[in-house]
Amino acid sequence: MLLAITLSLILEKLILISVILGGSLGIAMYSTWAERKVAAIMQDRRGPNRAGPFGLLQPMADGLKLFMKEEIIPTFSNKFLFILGPSLAMVMALLTSAVIPWGPAFGDMQLQVADINIGMLFIFGVLSVGVYGIMLGAWASNNKYSLLSGVRAASQAISYELAMGLSLIALLMVTETLSVREIVDQQSGSILNWNIVRQPLGFIIFLVCSFAELNRAPFDMAECESELIGGYHTEFSSMKLGFFLFAEYINMFITSVILACLFFGGYNFPGMDWVGANVPPLVFSLIGVVVLLTKAIGFILFFMFVRWTLPRFRYDQLMNLGWKKLIPLALANMLITGAIILYNMNN
Amino acid sequence: MSLEMIFFIGLSALTLGSAIGVILSRNSVYSVLFLILTFFAISGHYILMNAQFLAIVNIIVYAGAIMVLFLFVIMLMNLNKDTEPQKSSLIQLAGVISGGCLLLLVVMAFRQAGLEISGSNATTSGASNIGLIKVLGKKLFTDYIFPFEISSVLFLSAMIGTVVLGKKDDDIAVVAD
Repeated sequence: MLLAITLSLILEKLILISVILGGSLGIAMYSTWAERKVAAIMQDRRGPNRAGPFGLLQPMADGLKLFMKEEIIPTFSNKFLFILGPSLAMVMALLTSAVIPWGPAFGDMQLQVADINIGMLFIFGVLSVGVYGIMLGAWASNNKYSLLSGVRAASQAISYELAMGLSLIALLMVTETLSVREIVDQQSGSILNWNIVRQPLGFIIFLVCSFAELNRAPFDMAECESELIGGYHTEFSSMKLGFFLFAEYINMFITSVILACLFFGGYNFPGMDWVGANVPPLVFSLIGVVVLLTKAIGFILFFMFVRWTLPRFRYDQLMNLGWKKLIPLALANMLITGAIILYNMNN
Repeated sequence: MSLEMIFFIGLSALTLGSAIGVILSRNSVYSVLFLILTFFAISGHYILMNAQFLAIVNIIVYAGAIMVLFLFVIMLMNLNKDTEPQKSSLIQLAGVISGGCLLLLVVMAFRQAGLEISGSNATTSGASNIGLIKVLGKKLFTDYIFPFEISSVLFLSAMIGTVVLGKKDDDIAVVAD
């Protein structure tokens, strides 16, 4: 029987999904606060400090404001697609979290919604359809700046997906599996088992491409405000704008988790076996989750530092970097990896 | 009725419905979106047959890359009802006839394939692993290595053709010098 579904399985997965969704939304909310704080610190300002201690209630205030704003749909826009755009952006941002192993298994309960044997390809598939939200929203706005931005986002996403896929192929040649859980489990033990040691070049290519896929500075061509006003979300207001902005932060969180899982050992940490033998399983699972989240937050902070350090690229520079530098580099990485694997096999 | 049957009927209805939507919708952006929906439904069929690799590659390649470029071009041309040229009835008739021929061919091919499958002992339990990535990879790089490589040459020639067509005349002159 291919499909065996029981009530307890549905319940377990439902609880897991709600926790993951709530957690992702919460972290994305506080990423907006962290972004403003990081920007403030780097520019010698104070940042949000009015709502609550250290401005900690600022994300709630922002959310409330977005909900209360008047909702405007442009007269000559395509209403259905105008609403579909931000919704799709949000759904696609949240979908990837399904195949991420959030922590070591607790008894029979896997801290993962679906351990499918093509997990990596699933992430890549969601990533490749993720650009539709921006494209549809941009086109449906019936605004020239939005359209230009949508076209930019699409061509940028397609260009950088190639280099990203090629750098992933080199990683998969090393791990010999597509399941994210297996990739994470292979990296247990010492830090030297982490994939960053085995695939340093692949990691750098993947990291640069994820900046482009996330539409983040220095590659935020799609919302380049000095040329395109606000890009694809120029015509959006109220919570539809909020969805676009929020989806961006969720994407950043999920990408950070994926980077941590693929290259930085996921929920593994040095001395894990000793801890696993000496604490109760529930605490052990929670420690794993905290370790993974710490690594992810490290990447989020890195994304923010880069945004407030580097100026925006020009569009032709972006395309040159993608097609003429990253893709040949990723191909060379693949070739070297293959040669080393072949050499090891013959010895 | 088993769960798989229910999924199969639902997915088939979705596939056929969205495929009909592709040709019936007036707005070409909606046509593209219906086509994307069709690809997703077909991927669902692949998953029902336990061909997960095929399912996800279908989404990555068709829904994720090719349809993005389709949408890209259609958005840039900004086609709508008013600018759509009226085709003559002769062309429409030719289209119907050639489309019908293709349908006939596809139906014949499927009937042939159906006979072969029921004739041999390829039962569902034996065939259910064929779509998994390990099995597929081994098959592609041993039994089917020649057609696999030939198709990559085909892609390469298409790519070179595009570059040649896309280059401006004076650029080609420079290359020729």
